[in-house]
Amino acid sequence: MKIRVTVNGTAHDSDVEPRTLLVHYVREVLGLTGTNIGCDTSSCGACSLHLNGEAVKSCTILAAQADGAEVTTIEGMASADGTMHPMQQAFMENHALQCGYCAPGMVMAASSLLKENPNPTEEEVRLGLEGNLCRCTGYHNIVKAVLACAGE
Amino acid sequence: MTIIDDRPSAVLGTRRLRKEDPALLTGEAKFTNDLHIPGALHLALVRSPYAHARILGVDLAPALAMPGVVAAYSGADLMGLWAGPMPCAWPVTADMKNPAHYPVAVGKATYMGDAVACVLATSEAAARDAVEAVVVDYEALPAVVDLDDALSDRVIIHEGEGTNRSYTWDLKVEGTEGQVDAAFAAAAYTVSEHYVQQRLIPMAMEPRAVAAVPQPFGGDITLYSATQIPHILKVMTALTVGVPEHQLRVIAPSVGGGFGAKLDVYAEELLCVALARKHKVPVRWNEERGENTQASIHGRAQKQHIELAADADGRLTAVRVRLVADMGGYLQLITPGIPLLGAFLYAGVYDLPAAYDFSCTGVFTTMTPTDAYRGAGRPEATYAIERAMDALADTMGIDPLELRRRNYIRKEQFPYTAFTGLVYDSGDHDAAATLAATLADYDGVRARQKVQNVPGATKRLGIGLISYFEMCGLAPSRVLASLNYAAGGWEAATVRILPTNKVQVVTGTSPHGQGHETSWSMIAAEKLGVDPDDVDVLHSDTALAPLGLDTYGSRSLTNGGVAIAMACDKVIDKAKKIAAHQLEANEDDLEFTGGTFTVKGSPDKAMPLGAIAFAAFTAHNLPDGLEPNLEAQVTYDPPNFSWPFGTHICTVEVDTETGQVDVLQYVAVDDCGNQVNPLIVEGQVHGGVVQGMAQALYEEAVYDSDGNLKTTSLAEYLVPAASDVPPITLGHTITPSPTNQLGVKGIGEAGTIGAAPAVINAIVDALSDLGVTDIPMPASPQTVWKAIHHAQQGANT
Repeated sequence: MKIRVTVNGTAHDSDVEPRTLLVHYVREVLGLTGTNIGCDTSSCGACSLHLNGEAVKSCTILAAQADGAEVTTIEGMASADGTMHPMQQAFMENHALQCGYCAPGMVMAASSLLKENPNPTEEEVRLGLEGNLCRCTGYHNIVKAVLACAGE
Repeated sequence: MTIIDDRPSAVLGTRRLRKEDPALLTGEAKFTNDLHIPGALHLALVRSPYAHARILGVDLAPALAMPGVVAAYSGADLMGLWAGPMPCAWPVTADMKNPAHYPVAVGKATYMGDAVACVLATSEAAARDAVEAVVVDYEALPAVVDLDDALSDRVIIHEGEGTNRSYTWDLKVEGTEGQVDAAFAAAAYTVSEHYVQQRLIPMAMEPRAVAAVPQPFGGDITLYSATQIPHILKVMTALTVGVPEHQLRVIAPSVGGGFGAKLDVYAEELLCVALARKHKVPVRWNEERGENTQASIHGRAQKQHIELAADADGRLTAVRVRLVADMGGYLQLITPGIPLLGAFLYAGVYDLPAAYDFSCTGVFTTMTPTDAYRGAGRPEATYAIERAMDALADTMGIDPLELRRRNYIRKEQFPYTAFTGLVYDSGDHDAAATLAATLADYDGVRARQKVQNVPGATKRLGIGLISYFEMCGLAPSRVLASLNYAAGGWEAATVRILPTNKVQVVTGTSPHGQGHETSWSMIAAEKLGVDPDDVDVLHSDTALAPLGLDTYGSRSLTNGGVAIAMACDKVIDKAKKIAAHQLEANEDDLEFTGGTFTVKGSPDKAMPLGAIAFAAFTAHNLPDGLEPNLEAQVTYDPPNFSWPFGTHICTVEVDTETGQVDVLQYVAVDDCGNQVNPLIVEGQVHGGVVQGMAQALYEEAVYDSDGNLKTTSLAEYLVPAASDVPPITLGHTITPSPTNQLGVKGIGEAGTIGAAPAVINAIVDALSDLGVTDIPMPASPQTVWKAIHHAQQGANT
C-alpha cells in the first residue's frame, strides 16, 4: 500500500506491505538504523521515536498508521550543524549510556517526557521512563541526565 | 614486582567524557543488524517446541515451496559442512562427559529452542514465514528440569554417556586431608546452609546478530557478529567449520551489551559461515528476543550447600562446599568451568586456615545450556559465603559486621598467600567496610531498627552487608592451564605514532559498552604526553587487531590496558634512541615529559615525539641498525589475577502484609586500585549493582515440569525498569595492585557480585525477629510473604 510519511523533515512516498511495522519501515526502507529493536513485545522501548511530536514504540505501530504523519527519529534530533540535542548532550555529559543500544530510544522517550513535564521530580523521571529498559547503567546516570537537562 | 608509577597524572584518573558517545547517541553507530549487505540471504531456524524429543523426520518441502525460499536443511543434511562439533574449551576433568552437538540438532532435541532445521530466504520475513511451514515429526520424551531428578538418572538425556553427570571437580588442599573434619569436630559454632542460584537470562539489550560475507576475491570470508570474542570466535570457527583460519576475518561492530552471553561460539555464527561458503553469497541472521531467551546461554543455575566451622570468637576454621551445577542440554564454550571460577572464593575475604573442601558436580538437564553470566561463578560463591556469614552471626548472636571484622584478611597480611596457593595482591577490607558503614549510617539504621521493628510492626527495617573479592583479570596462562582451560590469558597491544603525530592504539580487547576507546586513549595519552583526542583505538576486527583474547571476566584493563602502557614504554624507548641520535646527546641524559625529550641541563635542546615520529617515517637520519617507523607491540601475560574488593550495604523496608520489599538505600564501596576514568568505574558499578539486585528481587528463567520456558519475553522476564530500582550511593577506597605498572584492578563484575547477597541479607535481617532465616531468590512479594507465614506457622506449632 502507498503511504506518505515525513521523517526528520523530509517527505517520503513509499509502497509497503500492510504488515510492515513502523520500525521496519524507518530501518529497512529509509535506512535509518539508529532506531533499534530490542524485543518483540513492546517491552523494551529501544525503538522509541516521535510520531507527531510524541514518543511511541515504533514496533507497536504499523507504517500504514503513520501515513500523513510527522516522524522524528534519533537521526533527526541533532541540529543541521551537528550540534547534539540538549538531551543527547546531557546523556553524554552524565555518562548515561554504556553499550548505547537503548540510548536512542531513551533519548526519544526522555525528550518527550520533558515536553510533557518540564520540571519532573526524580520519581517522575523514573516512572516516566519505565517503558524503556537499559541493562548497562542501572538507570542512575540516565535519571541524572534527564534531571540535568530539565534544569537547563 | 613492578614499582607503581607515581608520577602526577594529567589524564589518568580524570572524569573524561566518552569518545564513543556521539555516534551512539545520534544513531550513527552500526550494530551488526544495522549493516547494509546487498544480496544477503536471511537465515531462520526451526526450533524445538519440546524440551526433550526424538526427531523422527523433518519435512522441508512445504517451506521450499514458499516464495523467496532458497534452501532449507535438516541437521542431518548439514553434517557434511562441519569439521567438528560445537566447541567446549574447558574440559575441567579428564573424564568429563561432553556429548557432541552440532549447530542444527541431529536425532534429538535436548531443550526448548534447540535448532532442528533451518531455512534460507531472500528476506527475513520470508525466512521466518518458511520456518512455520517446516513439518518436524517429534517423539516427545520426558523433561528433566530438577537437578536432583537429573542426578538420579531417571531419564538419561544423552544415552550414549550412560549418565546425566558431566563431571565432578574437587578442590582439596594437598597435605591437609582430615583437617576439615577435625575443624568441624572441634568447632564452637557451625552452620550448614542450602541456597539456590536461580537460572537467569543475561538479556543484553541488543539480541545477537550475525552476517557472514564472502569477499569478492581470494576466497576470504568476513564474519560480523554481535560477540564479545571476535578473536576466539575466529579460531573456533576455523576449527568447527573448517575454514582456513588465515582466510577468516571476524568483526564485532558496535555490540549492545554482552554480560557473558556473547562470550560464546553459537550455532548461528557457524551456520552463517558454512552456508555463505556453500551458497557463495552473504548469509545473515538476526535473533528475535523470544529466541534470545532460549537460544542464547543462561547463567547461574546452581544448588549450593555450604558449611562453616568457627571457633568461640567466630573465627572461621573450615569451609566445606558441595555444588550441583546445571549445565543445560549441552556444554557450550566454557559451561563446565563456570563453577570453577568461584571455587576459590567460598571462603570469601576471610583469613581461613588450610581447611577447605570444595566439590562441584555438573549435570545435564533439558534446559538451555548455561555459561558465563556477569560474574560467572564469583557471584554464586560470594552469595553463599556472605549469606552463611550472616547465618553464623545469627547463630552466635553477634553483629554481622563485627563477625566479618574478626575474620577479614588484614591489610598488613597482603600480598596474602591463601590456602589454595593463590596470592591475593592487595587489600584493605576493614577500610572499605568502615567507609561503607559510614555512608550507610550503619549504626543509625541499627538504632532505628530497634524503634521500628517492634512486635506487631508491619513495616520492618533491615540492613544487610557483604564483603567480596572479585578474582578477575583472566588470567595468568599457566594458572588457566592448571585448571584445564584450553586457551591462555595474555593480551596484546600495538602502539603506533603516525608521521603526523597522531597515535593508533591497537588492542585485542573487544568492548561492548565498557568504553575502551576512551580509557585506552587516556592510558596512551598519559604515557605519550599527547591529547587523548589524538589517539585512535582500533579494536574488534581480527584484520586490524590480529592478536587478542577479547573481553570478559573483568580482564580488559588489567591485561589489555596494561599491555598498552607497556607498548607505550617500548615506543618511548625507541623514540629515545632517535632523539639521542638527532640531539647528539647520551640517552641517559634525556628526559621525557609532556611528550618531549629534553637534554638534562640544556632545556633548549629538545625534540617532541611528533618530530621523532616524522624522523622515524622519513628514515633519513636514524641511528645505525634502527628500523624505520615508530611503533611497538607487546603481548602481556599477567603474573597474577587481580583482586578487587569492597563492601556493599543495603537497607530495605519490608511490608509484612504484602511481602513487598522497598530498597531504601544501596551503598557500594569498591576498591579497584587506581582508576583510569572514575566516570566509567562508577557506571560499571551502578549497572552491576542493579543486575545483582535484579537477581535478588525480580529475575528468574522459569521452566514448567514439562520443560517449557515460561519467560520467553521481556513481558515475563522481569528486567527492572528505572522505577524498580533506587539511586545508588558509591564510595571508593584505592589500594593499587602491585602486580601491574598502572596499579589497576578490574571492576566490571563487582556490582553484580555484591548486590544479590546484600539485598537478601537485608531482607532476612528485616524479618529475623519473625523467625525468617532465609528467603529464596527472586524475593518477590509472594515469596517473601510465604516465608513470613511459613516462619510464623512454625513458631505457632
